[in-house]
Amino acid sequence: MSVPPKTISFGKYTKHIPPGIPSAVQKATAKFWTSREARVAELPQWEDLRRAASDIRLHTLRHLDAYLERFTDRFAGAGGRIHWAGDAEAARAAVLGLAAEKNVKTAVKVKSMATEEIGLNRALQSAGVEVWETDLGEFIAQLAGVGPSHIIVPAVHMTKEEIAGLFREKLGVDAPADPTELAAIARKILREKFLAADMGISGANFLVAETGALVTVTNEGNGRMCTTLPNLHVAVVAIDKIVPDWESLAVLLKLLARSATGQKLSAYTSFITGPGRSPDEGGPGEMHLVLLDDGRSRILADPGAIETLKCIRCGCCLNVCPVYKNVGGFAYGWFISGPTGAMFTPQILGAKTGRELPFASTLCGACNDVCPVKIPVSDILLYLRGRVVEGDAVEGPAAPPLIRAGARIGALALGTSWIYRSGAALMRSLLSPFGRDGWLNTLPPPVDRWTRVRPFPLFKSRFRKWWAGRDAAGPAGHAPFENKTRDGGKS
Amino acid sequence: MPRSKVQLFITCLAEQFFPGTLENMVALLERLGVEPVFPPGQTCCGQPLYNSVFKKQTRGLALKWLKTFSRSEYPIVSPSGSCVDMVRHHYAELFPPDSPERRLADETGSRTFEFTEYLVKQLGVRDVGARFPRKVTYHASCHYLRGLGLRGEAKELLGAVDGLELRPLPEEETCCGFGGVFSVVYPEVSRAMMENKVQHILSTGAAVVTACDAGCLMNMGGGLKRAGSSVKAMHIIDILAAKE
Repeated sequence: MSVPPKTISFGKYTKHIPPGIPSAVQKATAKFWTSREARVAELPQWEDLRRAASDIRLHTLRHLDAYLERFTDRFAGAGGRIHWAGDAEAARAAVLGLAAEKNVKTAVKVKSMATEEIGLNRALQSAGVEVWETDLGEFIAQLAGVGPSHIIVPAVHMTKEEIAGLFREKLGVDAPADPTELAAIARKILREKFLAADMGISGANFLVAETGALVTVTNEGNGRMCTTLPNLHVAVVAIDKIVPDWESLAVLLKLLARSATGQKLSAYTSFITGPGRSPDEGGPGEMHLVLLDDGRSRILADPGAIETLKCIRCGCCLNVCPVYKNVGGFAYGWFISGPTGAMFTPQILGAKTGRELPFASTLCGACNDVCPVKIPVSDILLYLRGRVVEGDAVEGPAAPPLIRAGARIGALALGTSWIYRSGAALMRSLLSPFGRDGWLNTLPPPVDRWTRVRPFPLFKSRFRKWWAGRDAAGPAGHAPFENKTRDGGKS
Repeated sequence: MPRSKVQLFITCLAEQFFPGTLENMVALLERLGVEPVFPPGQTCCGQPLYNSVFKKQTRGLALKWLKTFSRSEYPIVSPSGSCVDMVRHHYAELFPPDSPERRLADETGSRTFEFTEYLVKQLGVRDVGARFPRKVTYHASCHYLRGLGLRGEAKELLGAVDGLELRPLPEEETCCGFGGVFSVVYPEVSRAMMENKVQHILSTGAAVVTACDAGCLMNMGGGLKRAGSSVKAMHIIDILAAKE
């Protein structure tokens, strides 16, 4: 439930993936991906948009101090109050302080990754505040007592039958496995909560520096309820969500919904600039914004990783990631999963805690190609692998020394011609007697990690001998190697 | 036809596990009027170490490779997309800008080609005169596809093979689960990805799955074997060299 874990064991978790998860995840992500493909095909300027968005994000991050100052000035000018939070604890304290001050009994929430990051629900509940997630997926995850397993679809790992069972168990209602009816049940319960709540909590997809507006992108209408019905609206937003102006926002909005759900725009794109100005206008009497750093300043100062923060949390990289689609979100150990989680988590929680995550990728690069803000995900994962293995200016090494010794031996064997050749010959003669049809069905540990899954081919190095024999005999008579002559390969 | 020459970069995986493919590569090049030469000092390009970010050790292997192949100015041709991606795109970043090693990496990398890329883009060849009357499906290897940006080359060559029926592979561009060290670090995830791939291959009804990378072929071939399937994983070179 989004309590930061001490260690994240991707390997241990993925040894026994609950069998229902991959099929549920693959079904949902395939739907999003198909729609995304259709929307992208409609926009011939898609690649230009991605480049523009990448530039906007990087420019903003490089001048974040100035934009944050401009934003907070305008936000305060519109009547909002800013609370700076250096870490998760400070952010929780700010929200809890407000809850105590205003004697809040019930809070309703818009789906928000920042509040998951700081573990806000648990903190509020411990302080005696009743908290209700009002996004349907997040509501289901809350009932199940888990965090989100996908950035956009928190309960993506569950089937409708499982959700119906959960409703029957936790809500004591007669729930059929029908999405429309399940939504109706949730709506009925949540309507009462919206009206009774003393505090509405949201995140934000963007903060517009030009006017101090908070932008939320939602689909269910619950967002508007949470941010307008209760008299107190508290938003928790990370500092990297800033965009300079409306023009930049327009570019990012064009990419966000298309990449996330394959919609042109989400059903609701809300711009909130300060609290209600008069009773007739409606809206909350007070609006507070907790601006969360939680390790982002450290990433900003790290040229090898700064692009991590370009992420606009569309979740598209999850939908194309063959690893994520086979393991689901919980394997990544914290509130954010998939390729973007594998980049983000080790940088926030530390390389020691998150050391397995940069390796939880085949570096296939599918994420790089679809990221709407062109984050070089594979490069950043490689960079973070380096931090785990050798350590860097940010953190010391987190991998066991044994691994480094193994790499030195491997490098020696691969990089020294005679060891490489005699080693291959040795493997060939040692292993050949155990082969069947050219394959080895079992190998001893630790390389049984390969043969547990599929057989290993027999070593068959014979090319050098073949080449030499051919040289000696062949009419073509190639010298083994020739001196420099410019010849070129083009016909 | 003037005889041009190329240096063979056979790669450690193909040398150990696909010797027939290397012999076929030599035969094919000669059939196309290209004379291969073989620099014997070559071992491994260092990709396994690079992907685990052992920078010093990777640099050592890269220097050895560069020394071996920069002695000649002939283009370098390899049966592996990912090894070419390593040499062309990642060697340079191992060395400081403006260093002689960086210049060497840039220069040598720019004349290192994956085999089908060399045929289609450098030689302008589409039809190699092969005959292979079987149903074949094609898997797009990740580094070949996204690293080198090669999307149509392999299929163009396959399309010109006499008798070959190309069956489209569902999720052709999805990783097969090999991922080098990934396959042994997270074997269960690698298995799940490989099994998805095997299912898709079987769904095509093809007798052969082909690709341009030894790693993927070892993984898919082993997976098919374990599944008790008679479908063969063959390097594209072995199909292009066929005259059956």
